Amino acid sequence: MEKLTNRSKVVVKKEMTFLESIYLPAIFGGMWITLKHFFKKKPTIQYPEEKRPFSFVYRGLHILKRDEQGRENCTACGLCAVACPAEAITIVAAERKKGEEHLYREEKYAASYEINMLRCIFCGLCEEACPKDAVYLTEELVPSQYDRKDFIFGKDKLVQPLGTSAHPKTYKPYKK
Amino acid sequence: MEIFLLDKTIVVVIVFLITLLIAMYSTWAERKVAGFIQDRIGPNRAGIFGILQPLADGVKMFMKEEIIPTQADKALFIMAPGISMLTALLTSSVIPWGSYLEINGRQVMMQITDINIGMLYIFAVVSTGVYGIMIGGWSSNNKYSLMGALRASSQMISYELALGLALISVIMMTETLSLKSIVEYQAINGWNIIYQPLGFLIFFICALAECNRTPFDLPESEAELIGGYHTEYSSMKLGLFLFAEYVNMFISGAIMSALFFGGYNLPFHEELSTVFSHNTLAILGTVSFMLKTFTFIFIFMWIRWTVPRFRYDQLMHLGWKILLPLAMFNVVATGTVILIKMLW
Repeated sequence: MEKLTNRSKVVVKKEMTFLESIYLPAIFGGMWITLKHFFKKKPTIQYPEEKRPFSFVYRGLHILKRDEQGRENCTACGLCAVACPAEAITIVAAERKKGEEHLYREEKYAASYEINMLRCIFCGLCEEACPKDAVYLTEELVPSQYDRKDFIFGKDKLVQPLGTSAHPKTYKPYKK
Repeated sequence: MEIFLLDKTIVVVIVFLITLLIAMYSTWAERKVAGFIQDRIGPNRAGIFGILQPLADGVKMFMKEEIIPTQADKALFIMAPGISMLTALLTSSVIPWGSYLEINGRQVMMQITDINIGMLYIFAVVSTGVYGIMIGGWSSNNKYSLMGALRASSQMISYELALGLALISVIMMTETLSLKSIVEYQAINGWNIIYQPLGFLIFFICALAECNRTPFDLPESEAELIGGYHTEYSSMKLGLFLFAEYVNMFISGAIMSALFFGGYNLPFHEELSTVFSHNTLAILGTVSFMLKTFTFIFIFMWIRWTVPRFRYDQLMHLGWKILLPLAMFNVVATGTVILIKMLW
């Protein structure tokens, strides 16, 4: 039979030579290897103090963007919720009233926008589906919680705070 | 007389404390060495470089819930860790840590006692060391513990023979059983390792087995016996068992450096004694003795994280069929050389 790789070795149960049977050369060989590892540079990253940079396309916690005048981009069209394969997004739409023009960019807005972070698979399809540049996935990790209900993130946690205009990939809502 | 007793008490307390301190930091060093060999860093959270880790471990051990199985023999169960620790610490009393210090014209020996049968004493104490493990394993009333205890006792008894025979050739050369005299013999004649390399090799392997260190850690075997003789132990009783192992390691390192590597002797002693005072020299000697001992402790750990465990039949094969005949051959060879020297 043809072999898939040339890495396999045929094992033969043969008598050990004298040098092999006293084990000591093999043990010293092994100790030489471990000694080399002893002085190697350690790849450890001291996690809480030192963080490994994420890839630029990393998909983490969502953010609902505002435009340059601080108005919410989302128009509650529901395309993200339709695109979501995990059905994690729930939107309740509402109509913009008079005097709320500075809050919402278009006539319709999301009165409630909830993402269940336990359902979300962070595929980024919502980001792709959004026609209004409203939802993005940041580099931030979803923080751990004690209760299941705390994993349902509403607008209070998702909407970009006023006055910030950061790029979604560098925006860190939980970094103080 | 009172002064003598006071001196001795101070020496005893210092030796006791230093032994415990070194055993404590051996646990930390073991984890560091393990980490470095496995390309990790090891404990580094408690204090700088994790230097407070042993204290944290100690506190943890004391705070843990103490569990005594209902079917266990309670008195023996409580006694066993104590016996382990006691026998481990007793050996330190005959080890010559240094020559003597001159304080107010008195000579204070840096050794608890220099009995003329020091080697015999060490053998006696080391062979009682198996009782702690045996009693611990038996009184737990648990199959795994019993298996561990059985393995431990048979292993320690098997390797004690070769250990003793390896030392007999040293004793034949130096013609004394007192450890201090053996160390002083090496000051004149050079280190024993030069004349007894085979004896040292056998002694080293047997010392590994006596300390239950890898590759002879069958009594513990985390994988097969879930801890062996200390399966049922918890809290500080477990701590004492583990601690006794490190004390044993330190003591056997000290014995090896005293018997084979010149103990507290310094090279170029004559030249150095013109420069330094006697007390400085004595302390320097003790430091060199400690350095040798630490090297052995490091080698013990290095071996532990390199070599896998022996199978039980391999262990017995090595002990009875290889080390014992080799040690006997070594005794005969040493005897022949001594005889030839005497005849000339």
